[in-house]
Amino acid sequence: MIKIKELHKKFGKNEVLKGLDLTINEGGIFAVLGPNGSGKTTLIKSILGMVIPQSGTISLNKKTIKKDWEYRKDIDYLPQIANFPNNLSVKELIKMIKDLRANNTDKDLELIELFKLGSFLDKKLGNLSGGTKQKVNLVLTFMFDSPLIILDEPTTGLDPISLIRLKDLINKEKEKGKTILLTSHIMSFVEEIADEIVFLLEGVIYFKGTTQELKTKTNQPDFEHAIASILTDSYA
Amino acid sequence: MLKILKYSFYDLMRSRWSYVYFFFYLLLGVVLLFLNNNLSKAVITLMNVIITLVPLIGTIFGVMYYYNSKEFSELLLAQPIKRTSIFIGQYLGVALSLSMSLILGLGLPFVFYGIFMSSAIWDFTLLLVTGTFLTLIFTALAFNIALSNENKIKGFGYAILLWLFLAVIYDGIFLMSLVFFEDYPLDKLSLIGTMFNPIDLSRILILLKLDISALLGYTGAVFKQFFGTNFGLIISITVLSLWVIIPTYFIKRKAERKDF
Amino acid sequence: MAQTLEVCSNCENKTIKEAISKANKHDTILVKRGTYKEYNIIIDKPLTLIGEDYPIIDGENKGEIISIHADSVTVDGLHIINVGTSYTSDYAAIRVVKKKHFVIQNLKLEKLFFGIYLEKSQYGKVLNNQIMGDAVEEYNSGNGIQLWHCKNIDIDGNTVTNVRDGIYLEFSDFCTITNNVSKNNIRYGLHFMFSNDDLYKNNRFENNGAGVAVMFSKRIKMHYNIFKDNWGSASYGVLLKEINDSEIIGNTFETNTIGINIEGTNRMVYKNNDFIGNGWAIKFRGACYTNNFTHNNFMYNSFDLAYNSRLNDNKFDNNYWSSYAGYDLDKNGTGDIPYRPVKLFSYIVNRTPETIILLRSLFIDIIDFSEKVSPVFTPDNLLDNHPQMKPLSNDQN
Repeated sequence: MIKIKELHKKFGKNEVLKGLDLTINEGGIFAVLGPNGSGKTTLIKSILGMVIPQSGTISLNKKTIKKDWEYRKDIDYLPQIANFPNNLSVKELIKMIKDLRANNTDKDLELIELFKLGSFLDKKLGNLSGGTKQKVNLVLTFMFDSPLIILDEPTTGLDPISLIRLKDLINKEKEKGKTILLTSHIMSFVEEIADEIVFLLEGVIYFKGTTQELKTKTNQPDFEHAIASILTDSYA
Repeated sequence: MLKILKYSFYDLMRSRWSYVYFFFYLLLGVVLLFLNNNLSKAVITLMNVIITLVPLIGTIFGVMYYYNSKEFSELLLAQPIKRTSIFIGQYLGVALSLSMSLILGLGLPFVFYGIFMSSAIWDFTLLLVTGTFLTLIFTALAFNIALSNENKIKGFGYAILLWLFLAVIYDGIFLMSLVFFEDYPLDKLSLIGTMFNPIDLSRILILLKLDISALLGYTGAVFKQFFGTNFGLIISITVLSLWVIIPTYFIKRKAERKDF
Repeated sequence: MAQTLEVCSNCENKTIKEAISKANKHDTILVKRGTYKEYNIIIDKPLTLIGEDYPIIDGENKGEIISIHADSVTVDGLHIINVGTSYTSDYAAIRVVKKKHFVIQNLKLEKLFFGIYLEKSQYGKVLNNQIMGDAVEEYNSGNGIQLWHCKNIDIDGNTVTNVRDGIYLEFSDFCTITNNVSKNNIRYGLHFMFSNDDLYKNNRFENNGAGVAVMFSKRIKMHYNIFKDNWGSASYGVLLKEINDSEIIGNTFETNTIGINIEGTNRMVYKNNDFIGNGWAIKFRGACYTNNFTHNNFMYNSFDLAYNSRLNDNKFDNNYWSSYAGYDLDKNGTGDIPYRPVKLFSYIVNRTPETIILLRSLFIDIIDFSEKVSPVFTPDNLLDNHPQMKPLSNDQN
């Protein structure tokens, strides 16, 4: 589904991606992991076309995304920080995003119900708490039925109940045969949900495989330690 | 793009600042007309206001809007929308809502005063056209500054500097160089000099209406052709349009290349 | 008894010349409708030559058309065309030489060189004539109404367009020029030199190449005239040069490049005039003393005053200045702080004319303001101590 070749990206002198190659097949949940500054967000934003790489190609369903924008119809994206125009109400925002995508879905009602957002619909986004904003963010992401879902730190600010609901939601989407790409620093969440791990280190893919494979490779009994061992090895 | 324009416009129409701007012009118009009770004098004062204040407000507002709607832009960037549409749409949204505040704010008191019955209608229309041009130009320049500077404080600083330069400093340098090189034929040079400053250009456009008798007192043939015929008007409008088109093109270019 | 002789194609007299030769003193010659190809018509006895339905006298560009060589001649109601153009003689449609008590009225003059030319004549009237030239260049065109060494002539109600100088007076005293319109002439609308004690009233001078020039004269009265739309680098509402002891009262100067250009002019009264929308309302060129400007309106001029020296002996008082920004706390209709009509920028423009392009720029406003606060270049005592808060109603007539 996604094929990335020789991706290079520099911000000023800071080289973030150094010739990254990655192939992600259709269907399943992929977790992109890595230490701070390893290029997770840059990678995701490159796929979304928000960051423009110096060189390399990204193709989605065998079509290169360079200078294209319509391919984003097939992606739902949850940004890391949920910031919205402050003087819009939740309802207006949802309506606007639907209008902008020219997609008249009614899945939002279901999601609003799921995250219990009904009482916030007429509130201005500027007056919402971080967690509530994140829920709105989730509604906006999941309401379109796109084959590729990219979630950047989806768990931020969520209460335990909502977290459970989010997991259910992600699994449901997976069952529909969708591809889900996510980043998270909560290892238990990743371990529980991810089919495959993509570990980024210093701008390249250091490891790609299942959690089991990672444990085997690092000789560690559990996932968290497996990750830690990679880091200590690389910094040693 | 039209959708973005619509939402930016809608967003701004609900923002307090648009009203402040609108009421400021409304008040200015009312004070000028009903305290002075003199249309010609009001038009002259208005010209001074338009060529200094409109650029200032355009730059500040443009920069402010860009930084304030950064999150909104990022949200939009992940949507299936063309990048340039997002920024050009936002730019037009700001510029048009500012222009509308200007036109309505000043227009209403003048309409009530009876501008349609007056011979000053053309002067007044020209003022509003110039004001709209300046709004479009300076908002575009502001967007360029904001797109090139992630740092908000820096962005604001550059915006204010830009205004100060074009509104005051440029003319100071211009005047000094004209006086310094007074032994040489300067009429072409002085006309070219105004083309590089949209504020000067707008001023010339208004001078063509208000001060044509003084302008024709100068002997140079180039001046005569410029001010004595429609040539000046056509050139000024054309160059002003270029001043809108070129910065807008740069917004597009910058937007296409920027990382978010 | 005076009799009337008729001239027409089937009358006894076929030509005007023929009728004149047959006429006795004080006869009337009635020229019927028709076209008469005649020139060098010499009226050598007191006669009334009158046209019926504007008969056309076509000079076929051969020279002068009518010369009056007798006193008490009246010429009335003729349409005279095709006066000869010459570089050596000033051919005119009508010429009067050294005669008195003539009346020249209701004529239409077209395709002319000079129109009405009065030499060394007195006590004549030139009334309600229409003079329409087609002058393009100065050197091969003549003047509409020209007076040379004349006295006590009335020029009233004439319209002069498209000639070199509309009305021209040289060495002519005690004349009254009233209710005339002079416009679109290639040089001056009105031009007079060495002519004293004349009155100019209720005339309109519009869009003339160089406006009106008034030179080397004394005791002139210019009242309630309108000077309008005289545009160009050497164009004025009125150019005053070496004029003394005269009055300029109640006139309107509107949208001229320069309203009044003053040079070597002394002891003048300028009162109740309106200066509206001129480039420069008044430009002083030096050697002007004891000029008195009171109760004038200065409205929306690009510059109210241009002054070329630091010395000032002219007085400005009780005028209205539209660019006055003072206040009137005691509500007596007079501003509480004096007005300085000369701006620093007018000096700069005087020195480097191209800087005019910076007119009304914020930078210029700033330097003008600083000059106003502490005058360095402009005469310290040049101010109006009683600027009016409201325009004066200088109603004409």
